[in-house]
Amino acid sequence: MVHVSATPVLALRGVSKRFGAVQALTDVELEIHAGEVVALVGDNGAGKSTLVKTIAGVHPIDEGAIEWEGKRVSIGRPHDAQALGIATVYQDLALCDNLDVVQNLFLGREIRRVGVLDEVEMEKRSRELLHTLSIRIPSVRIPIASLSGGQRQTVAIARSLIGEPKLVILDEPTAALGVEQTAQVLDLVERLRERGLAVILISHNMVDVKAVADRVAILRLGRNNGVFDVKTTSQEQIISAITGATDNAVTRRQARSAEADK
Amino acid sequence: MSTDNPDLTKAAPPAATEDEVAAPPPAADAIVAVDPRLLVREQGLAGYLTEFRRRVRSGDLGSMPVIAALVIIWGVFQGLNSTFLSANNLSTIAFNVVGVGMIAVGIVFVLLLGEIDLSVSYVSGLAGAVFAVLSVNHGVPQGLALVLGILTGTAIGALQGFFFAKVGVPAFVVTLAGFLAWNGAMLWVLGKNGTINLQSGGLLYNLYNYTFADVAFAYGLALIAVLLYLGSSLWEANRRRKAGVPSRPMLDIGIKTAALAIVAFVAAWVLNQAEGLPLCLLLFLLVVVGFDLMLRRTTYGRQIFAVGGGIEAARRAGINVAWIRISVFGLAGTMAAVGGMFLAGQVNSAQSTQGGGNTLMNAIAAAVIGGTSLFGGRGKTWSALLGALVIVSIQQGMYILNLNTAIQYMITGAVLLAAVVVDSVSRRTQKNSGRA
Repeated sequence: MVHVSATPVLALRGVSKRFGAVQALTDVELEIHAGEVVALVGDNGAGKSTLVKTIAGVHPIDEGAIEWEGKRVSIGRPHDAQALGIATVYQDLALCDNLDVVQNLFLGREIRRVGVLDEVEMEKRSRELLHTLSIRIPSVRIPIASLSGGQRQTVAIARSLIGEPKLVILDEPTAALGVEQTAQVLDLVERLRERGLAVILISHNMVDVKAVADRVAILRLGRNNGVFDVKTTSQEQIISAITGATDNAVTRRQARSAEADK
Repeated sequence: MSTDNPDLTKAAPPAATEDEVAAPPPAADAIVAVDPRLLVREQGLAGYLTEFRRRVRSGDLGSMPVIAALVIIWGVFQGLNSTFLSANNLSTIAFNVVGVGMIAVGIVFVLLLGEIDLSVSYVSGLAGAVFAVLSVNHGVPQGLALVLGILTGTAIGALQGFFFAKVGVPAFVVTLAGFLAWNGAMLWVLGKNGTINLQSGGLLYNLYNYTFADVAFAYGLALIAVLLYLGSSLWEANRRRKAGVPSRPMLDIGIKTAALAIVAFVAAWVLNQAEGLPLCLLLFLLVVVGFDLMLRRTTYGRQIFAVGGGIEAARRAGINVAWIRISVFGLAGTMAAVGGMFLAGQVNSAQSTQGGGNTLMNAIAAAVIGGTSLFGGRGKTWSALLGALVIVSIQQGMYILNLNTAIQYMITGAVLLAAVVVDSVSRRTQKNSGRA
């Protein structure tokens, strides 16, 4: 496994975002290192999707700063994020049902030879990519529509890797998946980490989070509500931080040491 | 604040997850173990037949229904009137296919987006009228008038595409408005008389009527087509083998090449029995093949399929959806104008009735009957050729049987309905077997 580097791949510093009168995000801090899976959790309306969209360039931030590999960057549109090396796999998978797996993997990034699509090269690379990720699908030449939900999700994730990103954002990759399919996707998330990618995983499923994430960042009502090390934190602690049910020890301790740092 | 906390963040020891990562069994050998769900293709004839049966069962019928329909239609008419399959009659069908087929090629593109263009009939009429007025009334050179007439169609298509893609008016409504407006424009351009006769022996007349009388021409082209197909198939299969990806079995290449050879040489033989290969048919075939390659082998073609398959997915892949839509409607307008030129050449005049009647119905029906899905994302330019053959064969059969147009319309309507039923049912079957 790749060692967590000193400089985070992506760091959010005091990011705020407003939609009219609604304050969607307030002073949100987040750091993701290479080879690390950070789960982003929170209740509905906690601001997870908004936060992801600010990183992906769908919504520009109002205040705060985004740092990419230590340098301050501005992400104004999806293209900026892609150029930096941020790939986002949205909840609705954004695959074309009528195109086959190879065509979907390379959609928008087709390989050409003298102006003509190089199907052989694309198919070869697709097979290699799917093989290194140990993704099992019936054939790379069947339409996406014939794949199961889990297979589609793995294809969508594989697709995000074609552009060789450094950070992959997965928006609820296991929602709506069965047990076996969820296992496939979680395996894949681990393989992304092994490849040294930084992964942001949005999930409602605590079991998934406990299984693959290194750290879990909790949002509550558009603010940070603690970042926990998954291995040393119990599920109850995480859930209470999500719901804000108790003013729990971890957040208190955090607040104290944060003040001590200042 | 929180992420700066050393206690918590630095406490994520990477090594601790090592066991977790190793826990799932190494998936490498899982690929070797044959998953019963995998579509493992057997080699040889058996595998080929299995694959074929699987595709038919899952509703992936391709061109089979339309070819079957063509065989039945030709058989029935031949049974009713033995002159139907004569060389002269088949040659007439070949001529008549071109105009409607050219328009249908444009319709195929629009259908691939899952949209419809109802204006093509009068766009074709208007283009013919523009050519006639420019070349006959204003003395513009015929070549230039031809280009301007076709560009009229391009501009109209792009304009309609703009209203659809940028303003967001449904394509159905935009092109329905166009259907009326371009009819009016055509009547206005033609002026009081309503008919402009073209130069005898002029450009459009020759484009439509010229035939390559030399028998070697048709046979030579058939031979070139077969060799090109065989050569490119073998080259592709070889490249795939070298790259280590599955390639088409030789048997498949052999069967398809043989089928192409039979069709090409029989067609050449029949046409040579009559007047020889018509220039207009050759142009139409070049258009079909050219656009087929564009759809399957270029980025632009891939983007058209992507937009037809899922607009949101296409947009997120960085495809300029508005540009694809506008350009496809522009292309449909262009092809309508091209078709209009051949229709004008057929009667060697521009008339106020041009583009009226069943022109629109025939063009759309040809595309759909040929196997292009009304639901977008599935289709080939070849459906324009096959569909036009069906439509024109029915018309011609009715004509030689002396049946009136009332019956002809009813039968064409029934065939169109049958085609849409096949499309819908095959789509449902594909859905059920997860292949829609």
